[in-house]
Amino acid sequence: MFSISSTVIDTNQLRSNFADKRAGAFVTFEGWVRDYNEGKDVLTLEYEAYDALCRHEADQILAEAKEKFGIIDAHCVHRTGLLSIGDLAVWVGVSSAHRGGAFDACRYIIDEIKSRLPIWKKETYVNGSSGWVNCQSHCSHGSTPNENTDPHKTSAKSEVATAPLKR
Amino acid sequence: MNSSSKTVQIQYFALMREERGLSKESYDTDASDAQELFEELKQKYRFSLDANRLRVSINDQFADWNQSLNHNDSIVFIPPVAGG
Repeated sequence: MFSISSTVIDTNQLRSNFADKRAGAFVTFEGWVRDYNEGKDVLTLEYEAYDALCRHEADQILAEAKEKFGIIDAHCVHRTGLLSIGDLAVWVGVSSAHRGGAFDACRYIIDEIKSRLPIWKKETYVNGSSGWVNCQSHCSHGSTPNENTDPHKTSAKSEVATAPLKR
Repeated sequence: MNSSSKTVQIQYFALMREERGLSKESYDTDASDAQELFEELKQKYRFSLDANRLRVSINDQFADWNQSLNHNDSIVFIPPVAGG
């Protein structure tokens, strides 16, 4: 299952949900907030998510992973809200009879989550500027379309854009 | 309202939320599909992103741009994502 958390992710709690005597392997991925992105020193970042579509699409991704890799179980939790350097932003856990499927499924799940889920990230930099990653308006789309013609496949560069605040 | 008019519920996120200045609104439109609705909104609110940078969802599912709109549909235009 997939969930969104506005508070710190409890990895011990998540791990304990996987106990299964059929499982010989358990693989996890943790995405941490790092201090540097595309030439800028990151201070904080803020994740925003379109909850309902995230859940639908993530459930589909997890179902695909189970189908493709024959795993026992898979869970994912993604943060929203303000995070600091070193914070845990996303957690993926996969259990399987054998390690091959667990590694492959875990990789698949995080790759698909990054390219398909409606989650956005606004970085604030040490120099005081901020911007939405991948959203600079004047950059052309250099990504290769995937089978879903998804325009959001992560490109090598992430661009940021700002908008005048109208709060 | 004429017979092709409908009211849709639009949610905005991230950059589009900042540019629109709202997170959601009820919007009356004659647009027949999602593409037409976006072009109308882009012209009206001067969104910086073009449709080729976005995806669209209707009623909490990813949709095609040429999917027709119905009264009370929930629409979201999805800026480039950056999760994970």
